[in-house]
Amino acid sequence: MTMTKKLLTSAVASALMVSGAQAAISDNTVKIGYLADMSGTYRDLAGPNGLKALQMAIKDFGGTVNGAKIEVLSADDRNNPDASSSTVRRWVENDKVDMVAGLVASSVTIAVSKILEENDRLGIVSGSAASSITNEHCTPNHIHYVYDTYPLANGTASAVVKEGGKSWYLMTADYAFGHALEADVTRVVEANGGEIVGSVRHPFPTQDFSSFVLQAQASGADVVGLANAGSDTTNAITTASEFGVTQAGQTLAALLLFLTDVHALGVDTAQGIQLTTGWYWDMNDATREWSDRFMKETGVRPTMVHAGIYSSTLHYLNAVAAAGSDDAQTVRKQMMDTPINDMFATNGRIREDGRMVHDMYLAEVKTPAESKNEWDLYKILRTIPADEAYRPLSESKCKLVTN
Amino acid sequence: MSQSFNPADVRKAIIDQQKAQDRRKMLLNGVLLLLLLAAPFAMYPVFLMKILCFALFAVAFNLLFGFTGLLSFGHAAFLATGGYTTGYLLSNYSGLTTEVGIIAGTLVATALGLAFALLSIRRQGIYFAMVTLALAQLVYFFFVQSEFTGGEDGMHGIPRGHLFGLIDLSKNLNMYYFVLAVFIGCYLLVQRIVSSPYGQVLKAIKQNEPRAVSLGYNVDRYKVLAFVISAALAGLAGSMKSVVFQLASLNDAHWHMSGEVILMTLVGGMGTLLGPVVGATFVVNIEYQLSQGPLRDWVNPILGGIFVLTVLAFRSGIVGEIQKFLRKNLG
Repeated sequence: MTMTKKLLTSAVASALMVSGAQAAISDNTVKIGYLADMSGTYRDLAGPNGLKALQMAIKDFGGTVNGAKIEVLSADDRNNPDASSSTVRRWVENDKVDMVAGLVASSVTIAVSKILEENDRLGIVSGSAASSITNEHCTPNHIHYVYDTYPLANGTASAVVKEGGKSWYLMTADYAFGHALEADVTRVVEANGGEIVGSVRHPFPTQDFSSFVLQAQASGADVVGLANAGSDTTNAITTASEFGVTQAGQTLAALLLFLTDVHALGVDTAQGIQLTTGWYWDMNDATREWSDRFMKETGVRPTMVHAGIYSSTLHYLNAVAAAGSDDAQTVRKQMMDTPINDMFATNGRIREDGRMVHDMYLAEVKTPAESKNEWDLYKILRTIPADEAYRPLSESKCKLVTN
Repeated sequence: MSQSFNPADVRKAIIDQQKAQDRRKMLLNGVLLLLLLAAPFAMYPVFLMKILCFALFAVAFNLLFGFTGLLSFGHAAFLATGGYTTGYLLSNYSGLTTEVGIIAGTLVATALGLAFALLSIRRQGIYFAMVTLALAQLVYFFFVQSEFTGGEDGMHGIPRGHLFGLIDLSKNLNMYYFVLAVFIGCYLLVQRIVSSPYGQVLKAIKQNEPRAVSLGYNVDRYKVLAFVISAALAGLAGSMKSVVFQLASLNDAHWHMSGEVILMTLVGGMGTLLGPVVGATFVVNIEYQLSQGPLRDWVNPILGGIFVLTVLAFRSGIVGEIQKFLRKNLG
């Protein structure tokens, strides 16, 4: 069954590639659908500002591709896979959308990627964290661009252990995502010669972290790792700060934390936390130049997701222009063949499983004394090279990777 | 020459009037049916199926809330249980035909409904609502933790398969007519239940429970049965939804979903047969339209506003208000 399916897909794909070479841009329009959380938990990290980033990319590209118009549709995903899949189905079947951008909640992303695969359109995932998106859920129709949990766990854990944080205490959100992060962190810590001295699983979501933080303090571990996300992470950090965890000499390591979260927490609360990020606005002249423009449009500094949306849209449009087609497989091949060098990534490349691999950065949240303004939040401690950061293809369970 | 009324004439007049009313109802139902049959050619079938699934869910909820007066705050649990069970069976046992998966999902939801009912039925009012909410949260946590549901990621790629092993449901039109047939069947079932003597007892319980007890009815048993039927239909809605969308997710189990079905029922008109259907159509449409437009950041506040407005100004909902209007001006 799967074998025939595989053969069939590859046959269809190669047929499309052959025909795609001559095919021009369908209906002389490149349509991009932006699907993201506009009203819920993930609004800040992608949301309406992500749409602004997308529009900036189109404007910078010149507004047309080889004479064809570029149109943008957008919708709120409501963090709901049903609502999103009916939106995307309609986009694909009625509105002839060529590419779907944004894509935040992992349940939404996986549901959408199945529809894109069925209809052979392209999706560029910028917001989701789950590494399964390019592992067991990979399709030939989507690209995961900005980050995933693998480098977050890998980068943060190995870097912290190498800097002397040998004994770890883990606070894990008690559901599949948390368990996966916990397993990743445990593996990395032990491989680097550290040890897990204890762990606690908290319900998802949790408001009151005081008892968990007290247990973490009592454990005497060097590092308290937070294998959770979103409000759980920020609640845990706030509580840890009230109990003076970092002041007492323990290091807090957050595995999934965005610039907007740190901004909301403030440097007083979040100081000293180590985390891994795919991008930071204040790294070099190119990032600062783009961030200044972004800030003029939106009033805030961009997260790595915003920058990823900009960069991936530009990369997509360049590929459409170079291939002279908006056929999904032709464009994907073109995107894979071209390395990504812009303000977001240096020598980034898209692998056959759809994972865009690029350098990641280990950052530490500045202390109030170091921080010069409200967005001056991170110190970049170390660059994690792309090959170390992401899950190697040899461990991949993706159906597109032949081991 | 005093005009004396012949009782037989009066009865005949009443019967005639009822017949005329029935004819009008038949005509209305016929037009509605034709519209539903033609709808997928004018509108997007998957969207229509979504409306039908939620309409069935709201109809199931309304049987309990609108007709029996029991406010369950845990109906999401049945929707999700139906969906996950069907999804799990269809994904893992390729020999099963779609209807077997759907029936199995419905049965598991029914069993869960019985368990909920037995535990909660002796409580009344807010305590009943809280017990059902608490039980539904337990179910939610079970689904969050379980490996087979895929946790936060949800269950994806559920095959639509073949109905009776013959009809290919991966075609949207086939799927639509199947969902429509199930929906109409369930709607007629609920109509039949409500107008049966059993339904009359349910209404009596809603209006005055002590009086129903004093008349000799074993109220708890009536309530349990109503709860179980409602749970079964909610489970069926969930099972069909998972086949339509080919996915089942935690959203279905979340208490927001229990709240949403209350909103649908209230907006449409609780205690009327057509109310929940209209309410579900209205809410699903509003959510969709708003999430596409410039107001997409404001979906939740707008829905909240509609809820408040309905409760304050239009207690009987869209259908209820129309019925009132017709009675006042034409009756």
